[in-house]
Amino acid sequence: MIQLTVNGRSQQVDVEPSTPLLWVLREQLGLTGTKYGCGIAQCGSCTVHLDGTAVRSCAMPVSAVVGKQITTIEGLASGKTLHKVQQAWIDNDVPQCGYCQSGMIIAVAALLREKPKPTDADINAGITNICRCGTFQQVREAIHAAAKA
Amino acid sequence: MTAMPKISRRSFIVGGAAVGGGLALGLRLPFGPEVVRAADGSPEINAWVVIRPDDTVVIRVARSEMGQGTITGLAQLVAEELECNWAKVVTEYPTPGQNVARKRVWGDFSTGGSRGIRTSHDYVRMGGATAREMLVQAAANEWKVPAAECSALNSVITHKASGRTTSYGKVAEAAAKLEPPKDVKLKDPKNWKIAGRPVKRLDTVDRVTGKQVYGFDLKLPGMVNAAIMECPVFGGKVKSFDAAKVAKMNGVKKVVKVGDTAVAVVADTWWHAKVALDALPIAWDEGPNAKVSSASIADILKAGLDAEQAFVGNRDGDAKSAIAGAAKKIEAVYAYPYQNHVCMEPMNATARYTPDKCEVWVPTQDGEGSFAALLAASGLPADKCEVYKINLGGGFGRRGAFQDYVTQAVQIAKEMPGVPVKLLWSREEDMRQGRFHPVMQCKLTGAFDAQNNLTGLHMRLSGQSILASVRPAVVEKDNGRDALSFQGVFETGEHSFGYTIPNLLIDHAMRNPHVPPGFWRGVNINQNAVFIECFMDELAEAAGVDALEFRRQLMAKHPRNLGVLNAVAEKIGWGKPAKGRHLGLAHMKAFNSFVAAAAEVSVEGGNKVKIHRMVAATDCGYAVNPAQIERQIDGSFVYGLSALFMQECTVKGGRIEQENFNTYDSMRIAQMPKVESIIMPTGGTIWGGIGEPTICVAAPAVLNALYRATGKRIRSVPLKNHGFQLV
Repeated sequence: MIQLTVNGRSQQVDVEPSTPLLWVLREQLGLTGTKYGCGIAQCGSCTVHLDGTAVRSCAMPVSAVVGKQITTIEGLASGKTLHKVQQAWIDNDVPQCGYCQSGMIIAVAALLREKPKPTDADINAGITNICRCGTFQQVREAIHAAAKA
Repeated sequence: MTAMPKISRRSFIVGGAAVGGGLALGLRLPFGPEVVRAADGSPEINAWVVIRPDDTVVIRVARSEMGQGTITGLAQLVAEELECNWAKVVTEYPTPGQNVARKRVWGDFSTGGSRGIRTSHDYVRMGGATAREMLVQAAANEWKVPAAECSALNSVITHKASGRTTSYGKVAEAAAKLEPPKDVKLKDPKNWKIAGRPVKRLDTVDRVTGKQVYGFDLKLPGMVNAAIMECPVFGGKVKSFDAAKVAKMNGVKKVVKVGDTAVAVVADTWWHAKVALDALPIAWDEGPNAKVSSASIADILKAGLDAEQAFVGNRDGDAKSAIAGAAKKIEAVYAYPYQNHVCMEPMNATARYTPDKCEVWVPTQDGEGSFAALLAASGLPADKCEVYKINLGGGFGRRGAFQDYVTQAVQIAKEMPGVPVKLLWSREEDMRQGRFHPVMQCKLTGAFDAQNNLTGLHMRLSGQSILASVRPAVVEKDNGRDALSFQGVFETGEHSFGYTIPNLLIDHAMRNPHVPPGFWRGVNINQNAVFIECFMDELAEAAGVDALEFRRQLMAKHPRNLGVLNAVAEKIGWGKPAKGRHLGLAHMKAFNSFVAAAAEVSVEGGNKVKIHRMVAATDCGYAVNPAQIERQIDGSFVYGLSALFMQECTVKGGRIEQENFNTYDSMRIAQMPKVESIIMPTGGTIWGGIGEPTICVAAPAVLNALYRATGKRIRSVPLKNHGFQLV
């Protein structure tokens, strides 16, 4: 049994220690908001927070995250109040298919924690998620809107 | 996932009722008190509209939502005519099985070819208008006044003379029992209030909270998971595999041969299935294509550039004589590679099979196509089959005409009757088993007279036909020609050529390698726009004429092409680029829309390309939701510019070499240019598409700007092969 703290709750999972965190979240804990896109930490669809820092969970063995605070898209809001990034995403009508947006939103939330008023250069350096629908222009606008909120 | 309507009784259909295309509207005959009800018991006013007692309006949408906003746009069109309260609109998908049972009342489910709105706007608007009339009539009957004295607005019906009002929810039951009216008139788009406006999408909230269920998020009781590998050499087969080697690995339930070509491992979790599949020894019979490479394919295409036989797509005058007698001749050869759709959500489907019922849950662009695959794979009759559409994590043409993942899921499920099996492809499988953007070369020859007038053009395509592979009957009917190969340069129709050139010949030497081609967002306009629009710049330079002016001289008979071209030229500041910046243009008619793009680029260090601005203009006839059109244009540039700079699927040993984003990259936010969209619909009787057209003008506009910046004519995609990097 492996003990994890996910979205503030302590959870036990019975998996091999090498199992990527992504698949533990999805298949053991039923948190399917975090997506699989590549399995090699390239695309960012699987991004979650580890102690507030954005990491790509598809290439992160679950054994490496014991004792850390894991936050997924399902745990980003505070109760019924959406995180300001989620709200900015709604206000700016950002998602198209939406598949990559969980990872995108999680990555942006971590960026804003580090840089509350990011410049375009900060965004370019900090957000490297792939979006095939091409929402980048709305993503950038919504990041600036969230920073002002 | 949207809710599924349920049919509570047999419904009666009036064929060809009051709508174009001979399509049935699902209007019920007036006899009998029964009403068709949605799953929650609310009455259907007609196939498109269900109204709940609390005035919620459920609008049925047959097309698939894959990010392009079609659910919102189609609902806007229904709601516009229905005169309902937009704030209380929700949508749901009817199922393909229901469509079959109700004689295709919802028309075409297929969501491709940028057709979602442009080929269904008339009958969905009629659905809304007819329902409105029935609701008004029901209120008038209750009040015993003529319907003509009543009006509807925001889901409220008013009888002005008496001051009485009621709501749609209150009269829905009575309305559902009425005979549908005939001769209902649609609004003039000039009077639209909901359609034509940049309303927010209806489906955003669940997409930012992780609640949205995509195909591979589905959970069913007792479900197992499957990972699959098909022979990586197209045309090859499974020779043998050693199931015993993985049978005792964690979670493994079964190893299944899938058809002749693939092996799947079924396990408790997908991760266990994948780990076991990776460890499974499989021997392949690679078949006759095991030695094919990109180089051998290129050689075959190259030979086609000068072949005698070719199918003609556009001819005027005698191009060959004009070229033979030219004072000056310009010639160039271009090439376009295989590319993969790379939907963010890899292919998947979930199936549950028993001899009495087979069900499939699938993110699909074509529910009826999925249904057909299910029928074929299950061997069951239509009334024992059903497909439930789930939201797509991208489609781009991969999830429409091709339902290989549905076939596989049903084949695996048949090995485990009663157990739901979720099949998910790894990214590597998704990359290996694409239905690829076809490979094409093109030789262009232009002829000038002594005064530098263009007197002839021969555009010879040599390469792969999608239809020959996917719709061979269509090709056979056209005596071997694939007319789709000429998208954007065809003599007529929704992809007609945007220039008038004396002595024109555009023809296609069909060369079909073994790599399976597919409809990749934009389809054949992508390569054709690169070929013709880059060569136009070459011709203009040879004539010593400005590239915009040179085009204008050939476009007098193409006013809508000219309209969008002029619009982008003006906005980008054609002829007066800022210092260190370089401009390029392109235009095309595609999917009945007229599109143009202008690029502003700079190049540092000889190879680092920065795209500062992309200006796009679209004349799509009618703009149902300008905000979503802007987003489709932005996205088109991401798709088209990723393809231009980064993407090529190469063939070695008969298989695709690139297996993930580390070798097949896609644009990131840092590389995204500022996009300025000009939406300039000019009306008319024909509506244009949105999702695909703009992709094709991205690459040539940038290539033309890149030439001005570097003096290098790049004639093959992607630019990474020429050392260029998008920064």
